[in-house]
Amino acid sequence: MAHVVVDPVTRIEGHLRVEAEVDGGAVKEAWSSSTMFRGIELILRGRDPRDAWAFAQRICGVCTTVHAIASIRAVEKAIGAVPPPNARILRNIIMSAQMVQDHVVHFYHLHALDWVDVVNALTADPAKTASLAQSISDWPLSSATYFAGVRDRVKAFVERGQLGIFANAYWGHPAYRLPPEANLMAVAHYLEALDWQRRFIRIHAILGGKNPHLQSFLVGGMATPVDPDSQAALNMETISALHKIVADGRDFVRRVYIPDVLAVASFYKDWASLGAGVGNYMVYGEYPLEDGPNPPLLLPGGMIHGRDLTKIDAVDEPKITEQVAHSWYEYSVGDGVGLNPFKGETKPNYTGPKPPYERLEVNQKYSWLKSPRYDGQPMEVGPLARMLVAYGSGQPRVKELVDHVLSSLGVGPTALFSTLGRIAARAIEAQFLVEAMERWVNELADNMARHDYRIQDNSKWDPSTWPKDCFGTGFHEAPRGSLGHWVHITNGAIANYQCVVPSTWNAGPRDAAGQPGPYEAALVGTPVANPEQPLEILRTVHSFDPCMACGVHVVDATKRELARVRVA
Amino acid sequence: MFGQSLKQELEDRGISRRDFLGFCASMAAVLGLPEAATEAIAAAVEDEARPILVWLEFQDCAGNTESILRATHPTIADLILDSISLNYHETLMAAAGQQAEEALADTVKNSGGKYIALVEGSIPTGADGAYCTIGGRSALQIAREVCGGAAATIAVGTCAAFGGIPAARPNPTGALSVADAVPGVKNLINMSACPANAENITALVVYYMTLKRFPPLDQYRRPLFAYGKTIHDNCERRAHFDAGQYVEAWGDEGHRQGHCLYKMGCKGPATSQNCPVVRWNEGTNWPIGCGHPCLGCAEPNFWDTMTPFYGRLPNVVGFDVGRWIDPIGLGLTGLVAAAAAFHGVGEVMRKRLGKTGSIEDQAEAE
Repeated sequence: MAHVVVDPVTRIEGHLRVEAEVDGGAVKEAWSSSTMFRGIELILRGRDPRDAWAFAQRICGVCTTVHAIASIRAVEKAIGAVPPPNARILRNIIMSAQMVQDHVVHFYHLHALDWVDVVNALTADPAKTASLAQSISDWPLSSATYFAGVRDRVKAFVERGQLGIFANAYWGHPAYRLPPEANLMAVAHYLEALDWQRRFIRIHAILGGKNPHLQSFLVGGMATPVDPDSQAALNMETISALHKIVADGRDFVRRVYIPDVLAVASFYKDWASLGAGVGNYMVYGEYPLEDGPNPPLLLPGGMIHGRDLTKIDAVDEPKITEQVAHSWYEYSVGDGVGLNPFKGETKPNYTGPKPPYERLEVNQKYSWLKSPRYDGQPMEVGPLARMLVAYGSGQPRVKELVDHVLSSLGVGPTALFSTLGRIAARAIEAQFLVEAMERWVNELADNMARHDYRIQDNSKWDPSTWPKDCFGTGFHEAPRGSLGHWVHITNGAIANYQCVVPSTWNAGPRDAAGQPGPYEAALVGTPVANPEQPLEILRTVHSFDPCMACGVHVVDATKRELARVRVA
Repeated sequence: MFGQSLKQELEDRGISRRDFLGFCASMAAVLGLPEAATEAIAAAVEDEARPILVWLEFQDCAGNTESILRATHPTIADLILDSISLNYHETLMAAAGQQAEEALADTVKNSGGKYIALVEGSIPTGADGAYCTIGGRSALQIAREVCGGAAATIAVGTCAAFGGIPAARPNPTGALSVADAVPGVKNLINMSACPANAENITALVVYYMTLKRFPPLDQYRRPLFAYGKTIHDNCERRAHFDAGQYVEAWGDEGHRQGHCLYKMGCKGPATSQNCPVVRWNEGTNWPIGCGHPCLGCAEPNFWDTMTPFYGRLPNVVGFDVGRWIDPIGLGLTGLVAAAAAFHGVGEVMRKRLGKTGSIEDQAEAE
């Protein structure tokens, strides 16, 4: 029995620690711990609710936009603001751009090195690499000369003796299984994707001024004026720029990302039966296709229990609770109780070892994450959950894409419940959304043609128009899964604010009943060839795309002091 | 081939001399150097031994990490990343756990006094450091050791530079800036903003390699080349401000025509940064360019001093524009006050805003 500690888990956002008991070459038990806490929800209390999106957005800079979206939705719901059609469309484009860019970056820059041996790529034959690349895609950067150039570039880098971010990794580990040519192709695309992500995210600069941390959100709409006859507004130049970037994005996803995922997966098919986890999946749903309350959604909400794709249940918000039995907080009603976010309370109370420490006391409290539960059950959220719910709900394009991937790999739908399934779902979702983006750009142009330039519900901008006491929830499907913000506004100021975040659902610790969270459950059974080099643990953890800064939050509903909006 | 020159590598990698000089020229522009400096930059980048960098993340959101990934001039920026040795960066590095920590320890041990530390995120002091630990060690323990042994420390983003959002009231974790958490650190430079602009970070590295010294700094230890003027001074909407043309409501005619956002809460007059000049994401746009006011994100304590962000509006409890201009312009950001006085911003504000009836307090204050 070996006790393995991976801290820091790198190539993620934030600070994650995994401890695992390894016996007989596989993980027997695992514990996921978040080791950073800021308390942004406490900081939000007493502030102007119209400012909240800017604060909340800083929860995470990797999934920038997502907390801003959830925040403006929560405040809008509370005060009764109704964003006009242009705002809905602009938000859809911004959200989907984030999703597509984030998925590509995750695959190439955060996850690929778990499957791709960079050093092994140096032995590749460029001609054979070209044949391989041309056999799976018509992407033009595929000549032997091109791959020779990439190989020589990496070779020069390695021979210089300063490996920088590639130093000390697990190169040569027996779990790496790609032939040198596939490794070289993937390294070339790692570098191409680095360029691509920067170009693609210009969509956010056009519509939000900058990325990360866009600055065009408003409670009630968007701050980007729309007017085809002005040079200071979104106009036809914008429309054509968006079309061009979206088309380039679609090209890269279809001709590089999807073929790479299929190629890599074909060498690691055993990972289609590893890393399944809790087997329950939850989705709030996303991308409103119409305006007003309860619009139809492009990606449906719903939940799946016990991997049963034939039965999709509706999500019932009051059944969402958070527990702190193994989290560094205390509840006044006892740590074993689950509280709905509107009634949630959190008092940080660190009881772990004093740093520096070697081991956490995993039978006690061991994480800054809480344990969210739905009706007492742990739920996995994220791209896999979304694609499963859409698949089970019969979304035609998702079904088509999922079936294409499954048949290409020669596996059935049960293969989706796995580490590999998460990777495939992310790629499928990127393809699905980059197709939808084009339609939204057209919709924006159609509105301009109709002279509809509205971007904002100004009727609710003034706090004197708000109810004295109001509550709102804002739900969003972020790249890493279902995100919810809960806000309570009193006399124009935030009385209480809290977020239940995708990585809290997925990375949270055990609950009072001892049920492990999705990371912890998924790690059980993961093979570990060498406990000193736990590459396989990284594979399953990374397949969730951890985002720890998002996951940790705190509110304290027991202290409902109604702070006034301060005078600066 | 350790020690191979960058020039040779450029040739090996098929990067033309012309492309490279183009990059150097753009760096000269960002740094505010004359065009003649292009050759000097090129020579310096080519000849200097590659500096070793380590990038630490504490109470952060990785927004600055994402920002640096957006640095422009694709191939060359890539090359610059290759041509410095980035020995530690949690979000990007292949190694994890013990192997990652060894990479950091080796650098501190073997390259002491030579490497540059970049810090992203604030440093919590509460709960004995348990609000942020990496490999079981607290952020403070790591910062003391790594920044303590660095030739220079660059605090990237407002959290590392000034405490940022974790330090906003009521600062639940006792979060501090690098300067406050690790006093006495050598050659500390603050690259504030939320996030810091990638072009400015790259420019700082090139400045150091080219001129072989650190840039002159303002009173908040920010390089003058990026923080020497206010947003307002360089704003493309300044003419509308001067002409008294303001956005009065979101989406109105003035908003669609790109009028001044001052009345909607813009903090440009009190914020020092080069956003209007350098812009963001390959020069694509910047916040005011997309119709939203500046939040003042490069300034110390902006989460507390620049809020409410839409602060010009009446009826926000307690809001008063006169009192707002007073502390911002005169008290909280002294440098800005000096710059505003020099450029006559206060005078213009008085003239333009006087007719709104909300400037009297400010006029008295001055």
